Amino acid sequence: MPSVGEVRPQSLRFEAPLPLRSGAQLRDYTLAYETYGTLNADRSNAVLVCHALNASHHVAGFYTGADGARIRGSEGWWDNLVGPGKPLDTRRFFVIGVNNLGSCFGSTGPMQPNPATGRAWGADFPVVTVEDWVDAQARLLDVLGIAQLAAVLGGSLGGMQALSWSLRFPERLRHCIAVATAPNLSAQNIAFNEVARRAIVTDPEFHGGHFYAHDTLPRRGLRVARMIGHITYLSDDAMEARFGRRFRNAGAPVDGSHAGAPGYSTQDIEFEIESYLRHQGDKFSEYFDANTYLLITRALDYFDPAREFGGDLSAAFASATAKFQLVSFTTDWRFAPARSREIVKALVDHRRDVSYAEIDAPHGHDAFLLDDPRYHGVLRACFDNIAAEFSGV
Amino acid sequence: MSDRKDMELIAELVPHGSRVLDLGCGTGELLAHLRDHRRCSGYGIEIDDANVLACTERGVNVIQLNLEEGLALFADQSFDVVLQLETLQHLRNTERMLRETARVGRIGIVSFPNFAHWPNRLQVAAGRMPVTRVLPYQWYDTPNIRVGTFADFEVLARKEGLRILDAFGIQAGRAVRRWPNLRASVAVFRFERG
Repeated sequence: MPSVGEVRPQSLRFEAPLPLRSGAQLRDYTLAYETYGTLNADRSNAVLVCHALNASHHVAGFYTGADGARIRGSEGWWDNLVGPGKPLDTRRFFVIGVNNLGSCFGSTGPMQPNPATGRAWGADFPVVTVEDWVDAQARLLDVLGIAQLAAVLGGSLGGMQALSWSLRFPERLRHCIAVATAPNLSAQNIAFNEVARRAIVTDPEFHGGHFYAHDTLPRRGLRVARMIGHITYLSDDAMEARFGRRFRNAGAPVDGSHAGAPGYSTQDIEFEIESYLRHQGDKFSEYFDANTYLLITRALDYFDPAREFGGDLSAAFASATAKFQLVSFTTDWRFAPARSREIVKALVDHRRDVSYAEIDAPHGHDAFLLDDPRYHGVLRACFDNIAAEFSGV
Repeated sequence: MSDRKDMELIAELVPHGSRVLDLGCGTGELLAHLRDHRRCSGYGIEIDDANVLACTERGVNVIQLNLEEGLALFADQSFDVVLQLETLQHLRNTERMLRETARVGRIGIVSFPNFAHWPNRLQVAAGRMPVTRVLPYQWYDTPNIRVGTFADFEVLARKEGLRILDAFGIQAGRAVRRWPNLRASVAVFRFERG
């Protein structure tokens, strides 16, 4: 598959304080971002791609090392969707990925020094919300000279940002494409996030969020947090198909799903699924910041545009004017189809243009990052129509 | 709608500028026609993945939904016209769908294969289930789980308290107003809540 090729992150510093939803302000912050494709003469072909929990501004393309060679595994997190000839075609669109505030991948976040103290922010980093992120993204677009986006696209937490865009800056986007998302988190979802947060916060290495000063990382907490997350991103069927009851230790294979033999240990890795979860947890704990994890799960929990309208989602969407494309996946139990249908209903109540595809994919929530042909077909058709609007085809 | 002339005959029943809900909208051909020629807007409902994609490609608003689950997404009388074309025969809960159509739309338009069309009657008289252009399936593989006649629908409409505003048949792309139950392969009804 063609790629946008080698890309380099950029960054912009903002000196004007950003007022946050919490009442606090963020002074003097930096946003890391990447762009792909070319902004057209009338600046009408820009698409903002919003990222989810553990992703970043690095949406597509790859990085190269000092020797100019491609770094293996450095492909952007949505590289299967964004690129030349891909559903979001960078030959036609100018695509922007922005790293959200509070992240650990380049934009101002808890790992960086707090200007007030000179020490790392740590747990003192202000709580940021989806709305704060959207406001910061809008400021970046101001600097890039983009008054109106052709579209905002996001999945999961990124989809919440896309929805928030349509409510906060209705005049600044023509299309809102929200995949595998929800108008707010259910109690069950908040519960999963809380378990993850408790795992981190109760890790003795967390040191109240100031572990940087102790030159350590709350790895155990992060591992458990990631394991819980991973369980919820997969469907029961996908997990069964991929791991089944297979044992990790090779033994006499009985059949495909019961291969191996037990070692009769309560502590060792016995089943393949355990091995997978521990591996994911280990990897994650080395590259992801614990305070960022707390902040981002909280942003998920707080998102609820209907709250200011007494829980009336329809009233919340009265101000939205964009054309909407929503997509959900039948086996996604974390951001279930019913949640997307709530958004559809709110839009239909206001006679807004909305299309909704419910993709019967087996992979659970993770499906939004995969390349199911029905899913990518719908997004391709959607972006083709958007491109036709500005190219006059 | 397989036949373009059939589609245009039905499109003429939809007032210009109407807000339209098309239940079982297929590839979105009629909705695109209504948008382009009659300034209509609205949504199509479709269950099939390929049809949902085709609608998206046409730029028609489509909501992927199983009609058997009802129309809870839509408020009472929120559409000028609700279309249910060549859809009714595939639905298990015909009565509920008709009621929903009348609830959501000010006007309902329904079309379905007329089982009492004379060639069907001949085939049944000869002892076989009919296989025709409009009913091309064998009895054992037909997706048409509800087969009825023009006359049957009049009875059902009365039972459901629907007021029939117009009713005719379509045969070979032409409206049939005389003896439609005998002479037309497709039945069309336009109705409102009585």
